[in-house]
Amino acid sequence: MFKAFSQVVSKELKGAFRRQSDILNPIWFFIIVVTLFPLGIGTDPALLKRIAPGIIWVAALLAALLSFERLFKDDFIDGSLEQLMLTRYPLPWLVSAKVFAHWLLTGLPVLLVSPLLATFLALDVETYWALFLTLLIGTPILSLLGAIGVALTVGLRKGGILLSLIMLPLSIPILIFSTMAIDAAAYGQSYSGLLALLGAMLVASITLSPFAIAASLRVSVS
Amino acid sequence: MWKWLHPYAKPERSYQLAGKLLPWFTVLTIITFLVGSVWGLVFAPADYQQGDSFRIIYIHVPAAMMAMVAYSSMAIAAFIALVWQIRMAEMTVAATAPVGAVFTFIALFTGAAWGKPMWGAWWVWDARLTSELILLFVYLGIIALYNAFSDKVLAGRAASILTLVGVINLPIIHYSVVWWNTLHQGATISKFEKPSMAPEMLWPLIIMIVAFGAFLGTLTLMRFRNEILARENHRPWVTALISDINMKKLTGEK
Amino acid sequence: MLHCEKLTCVREDRILFKDLSFTVNPGEIVQVEGPNGVGKTSLFRLLVGLSSPYSGQVLWNGNLTSDDRESFYQELLYLGHKSGVKPELTALENLQFFQQVHPSHRNADLWQVLAKVGLAGYEDITASQLSAGQLRRVALARLWLNDCPLWILDEPFTAIDKSGVAVLEELFIKHAQNGGIVVLTTHQDLNIDSNLLAKITLTKTADDLYV
Repeated sequence: MFKAFSQVVSKELKGAFRRQSDILNPIWFFIIVVTLFPLGIGTDPALLKRIAPGIIWVAALLAALLSFERLFKDDFIDGSLEQLMLTRYPLPWLVSAKVFAHWLLTGLPVLLVSPLLATFLALDVETYWALFLTLLIGTPILSLLGAIGVALTVGLRKGGILLSLIMLPLSIPILIFSTMAIDAAAYGQSYSGLLALLGAMLVASITLSPFAIAASLRVSVS
Repeated sequence: MWKWLHPYAKPERSYQLAGKLLPWFTVLTIITFLVGSVWGLVFAPADYQQGDSFRIIYIHVPAAMMAMVAYSSMAIAAFIALVWQIRMAEMTVAATAPVGAVFTFIALFTGAAWGKPMWGAWWVWDARLTSELILLFVYLGIIALYNAFSDKVLAGRAASILTLVGVINLPIIHYSVVWWNTLHQGATISKFEKPSMAPEMLWPLIIMIVAFGAFLGTLTLMRFRNEILARENHRPWVTALISDINMKKLTGEK
Repeated sequence: MLHCEKLTCVREDRILFKDLSFTVNPGEIVQVEGPNGVGKTSLFRLLVGLSSPYSGQVLWNGNLTSDDRESFYQELLYLGHKSGVKPELTALENLQFFQQVHPSHRNADLWQVLAKVGLAGYEDITASQLSAGQLRRVALARLWLNDCPLWILDEPFTAIDKSGVAVLEELFIKHAQNGGIVVLTTHQDLNIDSNLLAKITLTKTADDLYV
C-alpha cells in the first residue's frame, strides 16, 4: 500500500525532473506576476507592504492554475491514467500520491522563492513568517481543490479555462483567511486562530477530496 | 429511501408526475405573485428611513432565499444521483442549475440597485452581496461543466460531483466573506438584517417568498420535463407522446 | 470465468449494443470482431470497469466486478489503445513501475523480458524516442511479467510486425493452456487452433433500435 504510494510519487518526480520546464515555468510566472505590481503601482514601500499579501496569494493561485494541467492531462493522453485506475489499490489513495507529488513540484517551489518576493515587496520578518505559514498550509489545499477541477475537466478538449472557472471561486476562502492572517501579523496581532482554521480546511480537504478526485476521474475516463 | 424513490427513477413516471405537479405550481405562482407584489409594492407602508426604495426587498430577499434553496435541492439531488446512481436525480441537478443561477442574478442585481439609494454606489462589497456573487460563479461553473460534456450522462455525473464539492465549500465561503467584510468595513449594520419588521410589511414579504418558491418549482419542473424528453428521445414512450401531441393538434385545428 | 449479463452500451444517445450476454471459460481465447465503430473498445472498457454500462452487469468468477474492484483488478491485465507507457521514463523504468504497482507481476528479470519483445539495447532510452511499434512492445512486455488469469487486450497487434504477432499468438496459446483467459480484438486472422479460439461478432444495430 505505502509502496504503491511511494512508487507513484517517485515516478512523478522522475518524470518531472526529465521535463524541467514543467516545474520551472509556473515558478517563473509566479515571480514575474509579483514583479509586475511594483512596476504598475509604484514603489512606495508602505503601499507595497500593505498589498503584498494579496498580490502574493493571487499570484500563487494563478501559478497553481497554470501547473494543474499537467497533473492528469499527460497521464490521460498516454493511457497511464487508465492503468492507474486498474490496479488493486484504491484509486483515492493513488491520486493522493499524485497530488502530493504535484505539491512537491509546484507548491514547495513557491515556498522556496517566497523570501525573495518578500524582499521585493518590503515585508518585515514577522509578516514574512505569517506569509510562509499560510503558504505552507494553503498551497496543499489549492493542490487538492485544483485536482478535483482537473479530474473533472481532463477528458474535455478545452478544459483549461473551464478549470479556472470551476476552481477559482472555490479557493476564495483560502485567499481570504491567508491574507487576513498576514494582515493580522503585519499589525502585530495574533493570527494563530486563522492558521488553525486553514489547518482545519487542510485536514478536511486531505480526507475528502481524494474521493471527489477519484469519482471525477471515473467520469472523465469513461 | 431507495424503495420509495424507485418508481420515480423511471423517466416516464417522473415525466408524468412532473406534468401533474406543474399546473398546481403555475397557479400558485401566479396568485401569490399578483397578491404579494401588489400588496408589497402598492399597499405596504413606506419605510420611515428608506422611503419607497425599501420595496425592492420584496424581490431581493425572496430571490436570494430561493437561490440558496435551489442550490440545496441540487445538492440533495446530486447526493442521491451519486450514491444510488439514479439518472433522474442527475437530470434534476441539470434542470435546477440555470434556474438557480438566474435567481442568484436577480438577487445580485436588486441588491446592487438597492445600494444606490442606500449608499450612493451601485456596488458595495457587502458580505451578503459578495457571497451572492461567488454563489453565481459557482452556479456558472456547474452549468459550464455540464455543457462541456457531449455525453449527457457523464455531464450529469460531473455536474453532480461539482455540486457536492460546492455545497461543502459554500458555507466556508459565506463565513469567510462575512468575516473578511467585518474586518475591512468595520461594524456597519447590514441593511438586510432588520431587527424587526412591521406585520403589514412582513406579510407581503412572506407571500412573495412563497411566490418565488413556487416559481422556482414551476421553472424547474418545466426544465426537468424538457431534460427527460431530450435525453430519452429514442424511447418509444417519447415518440408515442410526440405523435399523440401531433394528432391532437391536427384534430383540434380541424 | 468471465460472464456478461445483458450489457447495454449507450454513447451520446447512440446505442452501440444491446442486451449482450456471453461467458468466457478458463482456457479460452475469445476474439471480438466487427467493423469500426461498432463498440468493441466500448465493450472492453465496460468489461474492465473503466466505464459503467447503461444496463447489465459484468461478473468475474461469480462476483460483480463493480462490487469488488480491487480483487478483480488483481487478476486482470488490460491493454488499451493507449499504451500507458510514460514517454519521459525509459522502457526499463516503465516496466519497473508496473511491476511495483501490480503485485501480480512476477519478479522476473526485466532485461530478459525486454530482450524477448525485441527491445534489447533500448532499455535505457526514454520511451519518447521509441517508435510506435517499440512503444507497443514495451506495453506488451507486461504479458510476460504477470500472473493474471484474465487478459483483456484491445488491438494488441497494432504496429507489431509479423514475427512479433507470431510470438504473441504463441504466448496466448500458452496462457490459455495454463487455464488463463484471453479476450482480444484484432482485424487480423489469428493463427490459433479453432478449439481454443471462440469468436464474438458485433454487428451494427439498426438506427431505430431504442434503449
